[in-house]
Amino acid sequence: MSLQQKYSKEIKQILSKYPPEYKRSAVMPILHLVQKDEGHISKESMQEIAALLDITETEVASVVGFYTLYQEKKAGKYRMQICTDLPCALRGADDFFKQVCDHLNVKDGETTEDGLVTVEHVMCLAGCDRAPMFQEQGPDGIKYHEYMTIERVDEWLQSLKQLEAGEKR
Amino acid sequence: MSHILLRHREIPDLHKFSVYKKNGGFSAFKKAVTKMAPSQVTDEVKNSGLRGRGGAGFPTGMKWSFIDKNIWPHYVVANADESEPGTFKDREIMESNPFQFLEGLAIASYAVGANVAYVYLRGEFWQIAEAMDKQIAEMEEAGLLGDKLFGTDYSLRIYTHLGAGAYICGEETALLESLEGKRGQPRNRPPFPAVAGLFGKPTVINNVETFTNVPMIIENGADWYKGIGTPDAAGVKIYSLSGRVRKPGNYELPFGSTFRQLIYEYGGGVQDSRPVKAIMPAGASSSIIVANDKVLDTPIDYAAVKTMGADLGSASVIVLDDTVDLKWVISKTLKFFKHESCGKCTPCREGTFWMNNISKRMQQGDSLKNEDVDLLLNVAKQMQGKCLCALGEFSTMAVVTGIERFPQEFNRA
Ligand SMILES: Cc1cc2nc3c(=O)[nH]c(=O)nc-3n(C[C@H](O)[C@H](O)[C@H](O)COP(=O)(O)O)c2cc1C
Ligand code: SF4
Ligand code: FES
Repeated sequence: MSLQQKYSKEIKQILSKYPPEYKRSAVMPILHLVQKDEGHISKESMQEIAALLDITETEVASVVGFYTLYQEKKAGKYRMQICTDLPCALRGADDFFKQVCDHLNVKDGETTEDGLVTVEHVMCLAGCDRAPMFQEQGPDGIKYHEYMTIERVDEWLQSLKQLEAGEKR
Repeated sequence: MSHILLRHREIPDLHKFSVYKKNGGFSAFKKAVTKMAPSQVTDEVKNSGLRGRGGAGFPTGMKWSFIDKNIWPHYVVANADESEPGTFKDREIMESNPFQFLEGLAIASYAVGANVAYVYLRGEFWQIAEAMDKQIAEMEEAGLLGDKLFGTDYSLRIYTHLGAGAYICGEETALLESLEGKRGQPRNRPPFPAVAGLFGKPTVINNVETFTNVPMIIENGADWYKGIGTPDAAGVKIYSLSGRVRKPGNYELPFGSTFRQLIYEYGGGVQDSRPVKAIMPAGASSSIIVANDKVLDTPIDYAAVKTMGADLGSASVIVLDDTVDLKWVISKTLKFFKHESCGKCTPCREGTFWMNNISKRMQQGDSLKNEDVDLLLNVAKQMQGKCLCALGEFSTMAVVTGIERFPQEFNRA
């Protein structure tokens, strides 16, 4: 199904925010729709968005390439983006990051064997007073998880696995 | 003193429309639209002494008065990109007292004659944006946004727009590029946004915290606001306190409070009762201040922090104790800036790349090479004054002040 068909309501609503002659402004919100739904931005989606907004495919691709929340490559269904920036690191974020990697048996940027979670480090997320913390990027958009411990990470992983089991049934 | 911005700390559920309304909400907007001319609103804000809270501290009323009245339409944009490491105040405002921010944005829009305003949020604030869309809808339903407000001819619509992970989009012209659907790279100035901003039209851009001050200023008057703070900086400021303190968090204090009050009275003191070694008052972009009694006891405003050899910026105060290695601090800030440089100009793109490499090398070996320290300092100094936007400059601050003010940590004492 084309994006236009799949998200006709959302796209119409997004376009209504900007002057008709500046519909290019809709490129980021539409990319967010695709990212949330498909977990990455494919070449086909970029082509379609370009046609929809009367811009070139290169222009869409350059936007995708510039912003870190648009993923060009497929990865785990959920991305666990752990902040290791200075304020969090002053409160143990580097250690937490290592613990998580050991616990899940992955390195920075790798995905767990079951394909569920990709672990990455990211820059400040405006949650520095609640370190260690990470954001989850996935089918539900973006969610924050703060005041983290390995135990709480496990609880989160369990809830994801239950959700998965429910969906497969 | 009760809060002016973080009022939800006294009033439970202030993020709910009905609660905000019951507590005097939207009366300032109504007063502005029905009883004041736009220029009177701008004058009131000018006289209040309010300065922008996004970093540069530019006088807010003056910024509004600069908008070009020969070109229309006008736009107002709220900068909710909040990405400076150590800054998390706009987030708390938008999560817990969102209507006061939206009311301030509405009043500003009226003052400059804008019928459309945008809130540009960093992409990570996804959940905040979803909530804000609902809050905007509630205001529309209540006749506070839309056409012919309060029976006048004034119309206003507010829209949210999510970024997607790029610190540079907090810089106002990069933000405008991003809002126009492009890569977030700063524009050359002039022209300034007050003349040619969003969609080429005159635009006012302010920080979330700046707007959140406005309803109370209109409600209580400029003199009331000016009575708080210092002659250099009127009113209150939210400090995002982070790093090695016992109680990190946001603290709203009048200008003229001290770092000692902030760190010890509010922040509960330093972890493990260590001494404060250094303070970064403006996040990763900050110069590093040597903490001594004089620094800790000086009443803080923009001018006072300048005398300490730094800028107050957005007041994201990172506290470093005596266990923290400054070489490591610099390696963290450089990693950040290398990642966030937008690549548009060579000094910043190349400079952050090389500084990050050198600093990584300094972290790895056990023996610190003097040539590396010299080289790092050299690259930083060569960048200064040559970058297109302030990010390039920011990336050198911790490097230069770290090495010069803490020479012993770099084998230079
Ligand atoms: C690299 C860079 C990042 C910035 N990030 C932010 C930000 O996240 N939020 C913000 O309000 N201002 C930020 N600013 C400052 C804005 O350019 C602008 O001065 C500010 O939004 C104006 O609002 P104010 O007058 O209310 O402070 C940044 C500036 C630079 C150079
Ligand atoms: S100084 Fe850095 S961030 Fe600013 S325009 Fe140049 S490359 Fe981009
Ligand atoms: S440094 Fe991690 S959220 Fe700010």
